[in-house]
Amino acid sequence: MKKSNVVKYNKWGYIFLIPFLTVYGIFQLVPLISTVYNSFFENYRSGLTQIGPNFIGVQNYISIFSTGDLWKYFGNTMIMWVLGFVPQILISLLLGAWFSDPSLRLKCQRFFKTVIYMPNLIMASAFAMLFFTLFATTGPINSILQQLGIISQPYEFMNHVGSVRGLVAAMNCLMWFGNTTILLMAGMMGIDPSLFEAASVDGATATQTFFKITLPLLKPILIYVMITSLIGGLQMFDVPQILTNGTGDPMRTSMTLIMYLNKHLFSKNYGIGGALSVFLFIITAILSIIIFRFSGNRDAVQKKAK
Amino acid sequence: MPESKSKGMGVGARRVIAYIVLIIISFFCLIWFYILLVNATRSHTELSSGFTPIPSTHFLENWKNLMAGTLPILNGMLNSVIVAGCSAALCVYFSTMTAYAIHAYDFKLKKALFTFILAVMMIPTQVTALGFLQLIDKMKMDDTFWPLILPAIAAPVTFFYMKQYMDSTLSISLIEAARIDGAGEFRTFNTIVLPLMKPAIAVQAIFTFVSSWNNYFTPALVLHTDTKKTLPILIAQLRAADWLKFDMGQVYVMIAFSIFPVIVVYLIMSKYIVAGVALGGVKE
Amino acid sequence: MKKKVVSAMLSAVMAAGMLAGCGEAQVQQVAEAVQEAAQEVEKEAQETTAAAADTAQEAVSEAVEEVEDAVEEASAGGEGQVLNIYCWNEEFKSRVTDHYPGYTEVDGTHGTIGDVQVVWNITPSDDNAYQNNLDENLLKQADAAADDKIDLFLVEADYALKYVDTEYAMALADLGITDADVADQYEYTQSIVTDSNGNLKGSSWQACSAGLIYNREAAKEVIGSDDPADVQAAVADWAKFSETAKAAAAKGYKMCSVNDTYRVYSNNVSGKWVQDGAVVIDPNMENWVNDSMDLVQAGAENTYELWGDDWAKGKTPEGKIFCYFGPAWFFNFCLDFGQEGTIATDGGWGFCEGPQSYFWGGTWICAAAGTDNASLVKDIILTMTTDPAVLKEIAIADQDCVNSKTVLAELAASDEGNIELLGGQNPYAELAAGAEGIDLSNLSSYDQGCNEEFQAAMKNYFDGNASADEALAQFYTAIGEKYPELTVG
Repeated sequence: MKKSNVVKYNKWGYIFLIPFLTVYGIFQLVPLISTVYNSFFENYRSGLTQIGPNFIGVQNYISIFSTGDLWKYFGNTMIMWVLGFVPQILISLLLGAWFSDPSLRLKCQRFFKTVIYMPNLIMASAFAMLFFTLFATTGPINSILQQLGIISQPYEFMNHVGSVRGLVAAMNCLMWFGNTTILLMAGMMGIDPSLFEAASVDGATATQTFFKITLPLLKPILIYVMITSLIGGLQMFDVPQILTNGTGDPMRTSMTLIMYLNKHLFSKNYGIGGALSVFLFIITAILSIIIFRFSGNRDAVQKKAK
Repeated sequence: MPESKSKGMGVGARRVIAYIVLIIISFFCLIWFYILLVNATRSHTELSSGFTPIPSTHFLENWKNLMAGTLPILNGMLNSVIVAGCSAALCVYFSTMTAYAIHAYDFKLKKALFTFILAVMMIPTQVTALGFLQLIDKMKMDDTFWPLILPAIAAPVTFFYMKQYMDSTLSISLIEAARIDGAGEFRTFNTIVLPLMKPAIAVQAIFTFVSSWNNYFTPALVLHTDTKKTLPILIAQLRAADWLKFDMGQVYVMIAFSIFPVIVVYLIMSKYIVAGVALGGVKE
Repeated sequence: MKKKVVSAMLSAVMAAGMLAGCGEAQVQQVAEAVQEAAQEVEKEAQETTAAAADTAQEAVSEAVEEVEDAVEEASAGGEGQVLNIYCWNEEFKSRVTDHYPGYTEVDGTHGTIGDVQVVWNITPSDDNAYQNNLDENLLKQADAAADDKIDLFLVEADYALKYVDTEYAMALADLGITDADVADQYEYTQSIVTDSNGNLKGSSWQACSAGLIYNREAAKEVIGSDDPADVQAAVADWAKFSETAKAAAAKGYKMCSVNDTYRVYSNNVSGKWVQDGAVVIDPNMENWVNDSMDLVQAGAENTYELWGDDWAKGKTPEGKIFCYFGPAWFFNFCLDFGQEGTIATDGGWGFCEGPQSYFWGGTWICAAAGTDNASLVKDIILTMTTDPAVLKEIAIADQDCVNSKTVLAELAASDEGNIELLGGQNPYAELAAGAEGIDLSNLSSYDQGCNEEFQAAMKNYFDGNASADEALAQFYTAIGEKYPELTVG
């Protein structure tokens, strides 16, 4: 990396960054700065009447923290994310391992690899419509369960904390595990096959190869998956929003942070909304740093492995 | 070798388990398409009486009703293709370029910019969306495709993936070899780096395409003219129809219709994702 | 050579048009005319290559005349050339297309009335997108170019006052619509769009008074008769309704969903949701909570969401539902008439007024302040919502329960009003009586939010996920989020 002849090309680093930074500056930075700025103002709309902006210092922050609800919604978000993410990453790793394991010689790989991403092609709202139909109290899932004798009374899936969170997690997992698997497989395809050959010459088992070679080399992609899933998880919105009709019921036990934020957007409450966004940003940053640290993101290790 | 026998199961047994699991997973992935198709064949009244797995006979009727309606469905399809296609193309090209800038060059602000872009990723889009709307209004981009397409150039999530992918696969020595051959930086990027990134590009292209295709939130705020609307807005409009016209059969046909092109695009791209690049193709 | 002449002439005309100080639309129209003229000229030039220059000259002067005509037309009467209508679905558009004389459809979102171009700005109401879009554009109304100004916008009852009680909606009187013009309408449809100063600011072609739609089989089994009068007697007030519900439960029926009765209670409150900036729970809303909980616990009502699969099961005999609550559009479009196996197909429903008068649904047309098409707007409102001939036409063709005492009386008196799915019963007398009985003096601009949140919060109580106090606390939280300016709790 630190070769001297690289230096003279370095201005290209800036040049290549121009499109990103320009577009970012225009379309995101301006709204972003106004978000942070707004968080210190009373600024909302009552019907068609604009209230504010009046500078109120950190009052918005105080009011979002004072009720204690914020941590409840943070908790809901994390619970539903973990419920969905753990099976998601496990399935993805398992599939990734199987697909990349030459000794298994799975047939129809192409079919399976293609199929796993398909649920992501369906719009979340369309997906939710199907879930509603299937899990209705008088719906097919209930009648199947009743016929099998597992339950005697129809189970009201939408009225219980566990089942609502479970459905949200299941839907998220189903929609995104293919995504994760594809990312991991793309990462695996990038691994030098000579490493696998060397391993098999040395007599390593499939399991050993996976844990000793594949996994470490996949680390950058794994970190990527972890971080983006975490961010996606903290910003979880559409699935629980549609499934609970925006209420986050029962008793807001499935209300996520962004759903909460969305509640404030009804009155165009940029003040509280801004404060919530800043809070969300800080939480995300902290958790991301923890993942980075925890996974020991040292590029050098991988560079050497090659 | 003896170790492998004692530790792992026999290959045959593992293969059987793998097949069983894969078949179950495939079932859960495909069943939704079946349900959607079945629902698309059912009339509104049949749909409202609950789900059955047996297809009905109203598919053509639903389709005809949908086409006879005033919603410009085919136009919507074209709009969706334009918006999603352009977003995906711009997104992967410029994200790769940005990642390459951070990956291949050493400059003073490199670390700061990298951290900055990562931080960008952590900002929830919902709140900035409203500021974004005021902005595009000021820029006179309301009711055009630009605000839906252009921001794709700055996609931190895609950038981050490209960067991570380069970390694990793209070696600097390759680039240096190109430099020795006298290729310009821009050319090196286009002719050497981009082809090497094919699997990653295919992956992110399809992800971006799909998420843009299915996006309702921003397009609903930006597009107002019927002939400019994308499919998700038209679907929402169909679902919001008044009582005289409300027809779930049409809604399902339209959903099926709007999924179809994504499947096609996905199947084309999946060639690259799944089998197009042989193992080690990225290394030379 | 010819081209040069033409272009010189054209630019002169253009410049003249500009100098004449016409608005954007006129310029656009001029431009269009110019373009047409140019095409004509070009065509002619192509047709006769040997044509003398004077042919071209002729064409040009023709074109100039055309342009002049267009400019004249554009500035005549001082009315705008574009009528912008904001709405969330195609209902009103199809009514206008079918029943407004002189409307010609151009495409899905454009039409013409005479020389005026009609532009439909349709934003679906999902995620509040319709209101967000309307809000932004109303707030910009003053600065918008004449032809971009909103002329008409549609509202629903639940949030009508949010717009009506502002200066953004124009009083009908200012358009020249008199009380006499709207005298045949039902009063409740006017109180929904009357602002706090008593100005009428909107008008509807529908009167969606609603009642109780009962399952005749169930009525025979539970009450011993399916005659509307007998059933009405059994559900005449909430105490009798509860009694009947419990009797129905004993026979294996559910009366309905708690969400079915909600509107009946909420239409009959004794005070507004918001009084002096504070949220007030009306005694009738408390009654809804207590009565409903009582019936839920007795197994006589369910808590299904409206429009869900579970709720819809009652449309078949197997669903074992005693009744639904709804207006005319409900039996026409929500009971699956014609579908095999539904009660409707067998003509198995009956209709009576139910415990209290109420309404459900309807669309109101408002004129936006600052409209540049005032006389056209006036004519559309008058034609579509007060002309008895048009309303009769709508009632027959679209099965809307129209906002005209005369037309409803006619329907009640004739066989045209008999409805097959109600076993041939003519419900219009009841519907008309219901519409007379509705009292909406207690509407507020917060109704949409309060009603939605109250229903959502109380569902937790009915489902046993919260105590009444916890559910109420959640209601207050939600209101505090939606309306930061209100005092809650």
